[in-house]
Amino acid sequence: MRDFISSRAKGIPPSGIRKFFDLILTMEDVISLGVGEPDFNTPWSVSEAGIYAIEQGHTSYTSNKGLFPLRQLLSKDLKERYGLTYDPEYEIIITSGVSEALDIALRAVVEPGDEVLVAEPCYVAYSPCVTLAGGSPVPVPCTEDNLFRLTPDALMERITTRSKALVMNFPNNPTGAVMDRPSLKAIRDIVLDHDLLLITDEVYSELTYEGKHTAVATIDGLWERTITLNGFSKAYSMTGWRVGYLCAPREICEAALKIHQYVMLCAPIMGQMAAIEALKNGEEEKNRMVREYRLRRNLFIDGLNRIGLTCHLPEGAFYAFPSVLETGLDDVEFAERLLSEHQVAVVPGSVFGSAGAGYLRCAYAVSREHLTEALRRMGLFISSLP
Amino acid sequence: MDEKDRILLQLLEENARIPLQEMAVMAGLSAPEVEERIRQLQASRVIRKYTTVIDWEKAGEEEVSAIIDLKVTPERDFGYDRIAERISRYRQVKSLRLVTGVYDLQIHITGKTMHDVARFVSEQIAPMDHIRETATHLIMKTYKENGNFFYEREEGERLPLTF
Repeated sequence: MRDFISSRAKGIPPSGIRKFFDLILTMEDVISLGVGEPDFNTPWSVSEAGIYAIEQGHTSYTSNKGLFPLRQLLSKDLKERYGLTYDPEYEIIITSGVSEALDIALRAVVEPGDEVLVAEPCYVAYSPCVTLAGGSPVPVPCTEDNLFRLTPDALMERITTRSKALVMNFPNNPTGAVMDRPSLKAIRDIVLDHDLLLITDEVYSELTYEGKHTAVATIDGLWERTITLNGFSKAYSMTGWRVGYLCAPREICEAALKIHQYVMLCAPIMGQMAAIEALKNGEEEKNRMVREYRLRRNLFIDGLNRIGLTCHLPEGAFYAFPSVLETGLDDVEFAERLLSEHQVAVVPGSVFGSAGAGYLRCAYAVSREHLTEALRRMGLFISSLP
Repeated sequence: MDEKDRILLQLLEENARIPLQEMAVMAGLSAPEVEERIRQLQASRVIRKYTTVIDWEKAGEEEVSAIIDLKVTPERDFGYDRIAERISRYRQVKSLRLVTGVYDLQIHITGKTMHDVARFVSEQIAPMDHIRETATHLIMKTYKENGNFFYEREEGERLPLTF
């Protein structure tokens, strides 16, 4: 029999750390700080809207772009919240989560041989999706001494004549870093000089704790060359509903829409109807969750530093990214031993790119009781080290 | 009252036994500052009392509860206050509220037996001056009390590791 697997599929790495995952499933009493999603249930009125949609027989396809009322509400919401201007008719596509939006964005713009810069450490899908789109991912390291922000110097160092686009994600998974307006302005000139396209995943935009989120496309001169990706998963605790969106200038949107209509057709209608409810009435529940994340962040970061895992105060998302440097272990060793010896699961930073080596991603989207217990166990582990 | 006070109150409302130090870290205060703020919130009676939500049924204690709606003739100069305050003095009355609608006062009472509750309503409350009508609703089952669920819920399970 022939080898049926494509070289393209062979060319992408398997997702993260399978071994780890399998180990957790065999263990009892594990506290997992390895979960990249909110621990809250979807706000009830939003779930109720989804249930009602099904009861009313809204179980069909929608238009490829998504329900128009949702795009309209979204357009208004983006304007009010971030000052982003996108026409609901031509510049917004509702997708099955940001994951799909990322894929169709990349496939809409990447030519074979194009280099796509990826600000790392980052979510594990970016580089493989670039590869699948036929491009070559080029990591741009964001380091702790710059609060894990993307700097002009780091960017300049990786740009070549083949660079076409830059993928970035702030507030960042896994570091919790944010790019404020000055730091975005600092990279603008390079983006313009090298005629780069920006693909910005802002799915954590509502989870900021020290001031409001700055949307990349609101920086002067960047709107025309930015694809904004966002979704409902993190802000409204709606990961399982699979509703995200892609916003871009009309020409790019039309290209992405062609791909979307062939590979996904549309996002699930009940999810879209739930998303409408989230935009209409979800603000208060969202604020309540954000308040709780902030409290947990303060509690957890303080605890980490106390037990000897130095950690900067992350300004967004729900991840702490402490360094394991002083423990004498590398991040993978640390995570494996912490799990097997003390039943706490964290994700080694190197999973998120080589810039993440030496760090741990700890999601504080778990109850405060679990955070406190996890800190106690981590403290025990650290004091057991020579 | 400022943002930090609000944080402290929300934390205490959720769990009155939360350690001082934990509150301090979350609110960005020192432990003595938290202590002082709580003292002031108690002094100004913003914090009324620290209490415990108990599922008595689960504890095996028989208890009968009822909601009683009352139509009341308000008194000149006092409105509903005097009668409401009198009713509130009974130990059996757990809460008492003035409400809009067909009835005026709504009270929540508890007793050991059905008989207790019936006797309390018919002998103590109904005959009082200014009470024109009563409607008693026996509580058959409590699903939620003070924001706490009283039934077992199956929570959705998240995958132990996702990126």
